[in-house]
Amino acid sequence: MLRRQLAAIAVLALVSSAATAQDTVKIGLILPMTGQQASTGKQIDAAVKLYMAQNGNTVAGKKIEVILKDDTSVPDVTKRLAQELVVNDKVAFLAGFGLTPSAMATAPIATQAKVPEIVMAAGTSSITEASPYVARTSFTLAQSAVPMAEWAYKNGIKKVVTLVSDYGPGIDAEKSFSEKFKADGGTIVENLRIPLRSPDFAPVLQKVADAKPDALFVFVPSGTGAQFVKQFVERGLDKSGVKLIATGDVTDDDQLNGMGDVVMGVINAHNYSANHNSALNKTYVEAFKKANGGLRPNFMSVGGYDGMALIYGALKKTNGSTDGDKLIAAMKGMAWESPRGPISIDADTRDIIQNIYIRKVDKVGGELYNVEFATIPNVKDPVKAAKK
Amino acid sequence: MATILFDGVAYGMLLFVLACGLAVTLGLMNFVNLAHGAFAMAGGYVTVILMDRWGVPFLACLPLAFLVPAAIGLVLERTLYRHMYGRSHLDQVLFSIGLVFVAVALTDYFLGSSQRNIKLPAWLQGREEIFGVSVGIYRSFIIIVCGALALGLQAGLMNTRFGSRLRAAVDDARVARGLGIPVGTIFAVTFAVGSGLAGLGGALGTELLGIDPYFPLRFMIYFLIVVTVGGTSGIVGPFVASLLLGVADVAGKYYLSSALGGFVIYVVLIVVLVVRPNGLFARAR
Repeated sequence: MLRRQLAAIAVLALVSSAATAQDTVKIGLILPMTGQQASTGKQIDAAVKLYMAQNGNTVAGKKIEVILKDDTSVPDVTKRLAQELVVNDKVAFLAGFGLTPSAMATAPIATQAKVPEIVMAAGTSSITEASPYVARTSFTLAQSAVPMAEWAYKNGIKKVVTLVSDYGPGIDAEKSFSEKFKADGGTIVENLRIPLRSPDFAPVLQKVADAKPDALFVFVPSGTGAQFVKQFVERGLDKSGVKLIATGDVTDDDQLNGMGDVVMGVINAHNYSANHNSALNKTYVEAFKKANGGLRPNFMSVGGYDGMALIYGALKKTNGSTDGDKLIAAMKGMAWESPRGPISIDADTRDIIQNIYIRKVDKVGGELYNVEFATIPNVKDPVKAAKK
Repeated sequence: MATILFDGVAYGMLLFVLACGLAVTLGLMNFVNLAHGAFAMAGGYVTVILMDRWGVPFLACLPLAFLVPAAIGLVLERTLYRHMYGRSHLDQVLFSIGLVFVAVALTDYFLGSSQRNIKLPAWLQGREEIFGVSVGIYRSFIIIVCGALALGLQAGLMNTRFGSRLRAAVDDARVARGLGIPVGTIFAVTFAVGSGLAGLGGALGTELLGIDPYFPLRFMIYFLIVVTVGGTSGIVGPFVASLLLGVADVAGKYYLSSALGGFVIYVVLIVVLVVRPNGLFARAR
């Protein structure tokens, strides 16, 4: 009796899920919700939820369903999750990817399954070249590092030590900064690298103190900035006349307030500041804070927010068709206004073109913010642009 | 150069406080407790939570960072660990690893994944020039506190009645029991003190190492290296081993690149084990 009822329920469930399958577009959202990059996952997840709350969950007659999976920043797990999402859940999009290795591990699956891979966080230039189905809404490190180098040289900094985390984006940042800085006429005293996981800043900062450069250029991924700034101050480097310049990942909005006043005055270059002065951004920040207990959105969150905008926009253009090739073609050249400023997807490289801002950390209304004071408009990824 | 030596000594002292509990319980109870790092993490989180939510000053948190893990250790020892004493080492390893995973998952669930930091009081921040060497004030504080602990522990072990009973129980538990020494109670107290010390080490280390739910797994290897190199027959062995490893690690990362530098302690471990397989201060058996 019970078994028959269970069988009946199972059949009913199968039939109903099959009936709704055609009308639902599933998005596989793979993010690091635990582990070292957990803050990235949290921000993007919140932004995705906010976008859907603001824009509804229906596009072109199809219902949008987001399936969130935690890959704990381990690329092997990301790959397995992507495979499961494509084969079992039949997702039309793979999105998220908190670290470059995660995005790279998924690229072959996107190619094989012809499923668009929307990179919302990872920052190495070569990711978009790993598969013709990759489109990015986050940033590349080179986009921030090159303007930072230019600004540094123009403003009297002649000798720099670079310090980066030893993985794709870090090496990108180091190379693009060093090349631009040397091309302008500056000297790179030393290129230092630290491991991505559990970095020990003390000995390497001692090296920096001994080298006595005009400035230290730093890149560490979002989430590690606080620990770095602490050690920078503990070593007395802030008082020794070594300027700290960085990409905005170090002065991440997420952690900025907790860093304390010691981080004031740090100049950095990045694509988004919660302080960005546009009406759209002000609404975005307010809505984000309201939905997330006062949490400030950071540059990772706009990657998620705009990733959803890209997905919705592409679906509207293809009239709801989930054919991978049609979706990618629809995404190329799409342009719209984001909370960070105007953005577009490069038709050649499927990478993001966006404004880069030079900012200084300052107190606004009693809280620490990255205050923008210079804008470099419509920056294409310099690494791929140089290859042309 | 001298600053690096100083930093290495500070790191080594911290490692000592973290690992000496493990050394003593391993030597005393012949119990492989891989969950030792979980007690250190408990102490770290106690400090973070007290300072964050209730604004307790840093120094006041330290005794609590000792007492809370010690209490947890006492309870766990009486309830869970004692059933594992007679079992094979493999069983003990599996048990304690399982305990670590439970601790990591619980902490992750209740306290979140992100790394926590604390704000030191102003008098512990900054650097000073002492005899021409630039030293960090907080690292000096660690050296003083951990050094005092080391001396206190050695004095306690050598000069008190409890210490001599402990040493007797380590040497030969059966004979000690035969002489009326309450070995079971000594086990429990020693385990609690060892866990408390780990907690204190975790609290002191939060500023330097950061505290997150994966702390026990990240630092397990360091504790095990200290115990392997230093031997388990007292306090002196782990103390010397910790200093050696602390200096080797920091100096390695300074002179070599960070990736290669982190490998130096493993080279030291291999060399020591090849030359003296029972550790630097092996017990004469």
